[in-house]
Amino acid sequence: MKKIFILEDLDCAHCAGKIEADVKESAGVLSASLNFMAQKLVVDVEDSAVDSIEETVRKIVKKHEPDVTVTAK
Amino acid sequence: MTKKQKKALWRLCAALAAFIFACLLNLFHVENLVVLAAFLLAYVLAGGDVVYKAVRNILHGQVFDENFLMSLATIGAFFVGEYPEGVAVMLFYQVGELFQSYAVGKSRKSITSLMQIRPDSANLLKDGTVTEVDPELVSVDDIIVVKPGERIPLDGIITEGSSSLDTAALTGESMPREVTAGDDAISGCINLQGTLHIRVTKEFGESTVSRILDMVENASSQKAKAENFITKFARYYTPIVVILAVLLAVIPPLALHEPFSDWIYRALNFLVVSCPCALVISIPLGFFGGIGGAAKQGILMKGSNYLEALAKVDTFVFDKTGTLTKGNFKVTKTAAINCSKEELLFLTAHAEADSSHPIALSVIEAYESSSGKKLSSEGTVSDVKEIAGFGVKALVSGKELLVGNARLLEQNGISFSAADFTGTVVYTAINGIFAGWIGIEDELKPDAKATIKELSAVGIRNTVMLTGDKKETGEKIASELGLREVHAELLPADKVEWLEKLLAAKTGGKNLAFVGDGINDAPVLARADVGIAMGGLGSDAAIEAADIVIMTDEPSKLPAAIRIAKRTLTIVQQNVIFAIGIKILVLILSALGLSTMWWAVFADVGVCVLAILNSMRALK
Repeated sequence: MKKIFILEDLDCAHCAGKIEADVKESAGVLSASLNFMAQKLVVDVEDSAVDSIEETVRKIVKKHEPDVTVTAK
Repeated sequence: MTKKQKKALWRLCAALAAFIFACLLNLFHVENLVVLAAFLLAYVLAGGDVVYKAVRNILHGQVFDENFLMSLATIGAFFVGEYPEGVAVMLFYQVGELFQSYAVGKSRKSITSLMQIRPDSANLLKDGTVTEVDPELVSVDDIIVVKPGERIPLDGIITEGSSSLDTAALTGESMPREVTAGDDAISGCINLQGTLHIRVTKEFGESTVSRILDMVENASSQKAKAENFITKFARYYTPIVVILAVLLAVIPPLALHEPFSDWIYRALNFLVVSCPCALVISIPLGFFGGIGGAAKQGILMKGSNYLEALAKVDTFVFDKTGTLTKGNFKVTKTAAINCSKEELLFLTAHAEADSSHPIALSVIEAYESSSGKKLSSEGTVSDVKEIAGFGVKALVSGKELLVGNARLLEQNGISFSAADFTGTVVYTAINGIFAGWIGIEDELKPDAKATIKELSAVGIRNTVMLTGDKKETGEKIASELGLREVHAELLPADKVEWLEKLLAAKTGGKNLAFVGDGINDAPVLARADVGIAMGGLGSDAAIEAADIVIMTDEPSKLPAAIRIAKRTLTIVQQNVIFAIGIKILVLILSALGLSTMWWAVFADVGVCVLAILNSMRALK
């Protein structure tokens, strides 16, 4: 199932790459793609991880770029 | 500028003032401790947040990020006694970061503004009253009212009113489109003049505007190779440079018995250069600009990988009908044998007055436009008899007419001379005697010929047409347009087979693009390296199957798309070479002791800013 997150105030392209790599490796994630320019993260997750993905994404983003605000769409 | 950026700007101004003050103190040889305190104050103003972030990120398990590297480098400068440099470099870095954030925000805005086509509300007409509702709540067959200046929220058919529509947001076409009752209304267009009543034919989610937005917003999930390369590169680049810096600080002073401070300073330069930002940002920004610039012209790309692939296309394969030709038939030749041309056209058109066949319609249209009269069958036409597969028999103005193909005349034993014509031919006999024929052809699009010429100018080696039409027709069109190859009389499955052959024949890492109108050619669109659908307005199949959608039905957008793709790729390459080149140069100079930390910081943020400015060219 596809989940979309908006990452507001994402200014660092390198951090975006790291966030994407970390999300990709999280449990239950089939694929992930972070568009730096659109500040948008699209995650394809297994049904079992649908409920936990938002928390996972928030944690990963906080680790790399604490100034970024994550909103689920 | 955002609030956050404004705040940062003020803080940097304060830091600059403190820095100048500290420099003055230094100049007048005030006591060393006071000078140090002044510089430290300037440093905290300029880069306190960077140091804070560095510490916080280390606690999160993130080492080697740019905050850490900058903090280490500048604090290191303090330790080797270079106070002014430590502050100045931090200040310069922060100004660069601020500018970068501003530029990224600006380019984000300029691209997203292209796509401000999402309607907020719809005026629903129910029981005589109009209420404003969410477009999602409108269902099929509801009537909506669109006032002048408003955007059409859902696809539908105009039931009342006439106006002109601004389609620029969808097609890049600046000429307004005239519409009246009975015409299709496409969502996303702006109503310029009169109030329109529209009967909705598609729900919001299915309407053109939603589908386009979906496509553009998801464009970036398909990343170009260059994009993936640079993220990978950055992952190794930073740690390697940091390790080199450590080695540089320790080994040469031990081996050469030189003072540590000199080599530590060089190592600190390495740390500044090791920030990967300029590299990583320049590429997605360039592609984003290219995709945005293309969208502005009504060319929608589903991902930066397709833009990259398009730049490497050297073979273009076209579908004929609807792509190179208009797909509507037109009388191009009238040959009267035993009567005048006017009479032939008058009689033939009237005999076919009740038919809805496209060929009949084109004859009627030719009559109406040449005579300037509206065709009316009343009083003149009687005893109409359709002979399926052959034509029609009718009594027009007392004359017995036979109108149809050659076999119709043969069947009725009428002698005639076969027409020398490659398109479709309609024969007419009056009172059992052959009277002439009318030739009908599909019209070429006005810009088709120029497009083929231009394609070779932008580096396309081969142009091929695949068509289901007759061999003669296909060959005639191919030679008229200057296409290199044509394969005619193909069924949809044959088209795929031919495409496979062409794909197998391509060489040297070049790509093949197929251009179709999305009708019947979805498998071919999907099979080609780059599938391009034309006339995307209103065609679901095309938008689904293609990698690139051209919103108008002008083939001349193809060379434009290639130019954009090539230009974008050049810009991206320039950015990569420039960023990596400058960084390596500064690394070498630093190792030799020829560079200062100023150059190092330029190699980081300076290059980054230049790369951003360069990328913005892709948007034009």
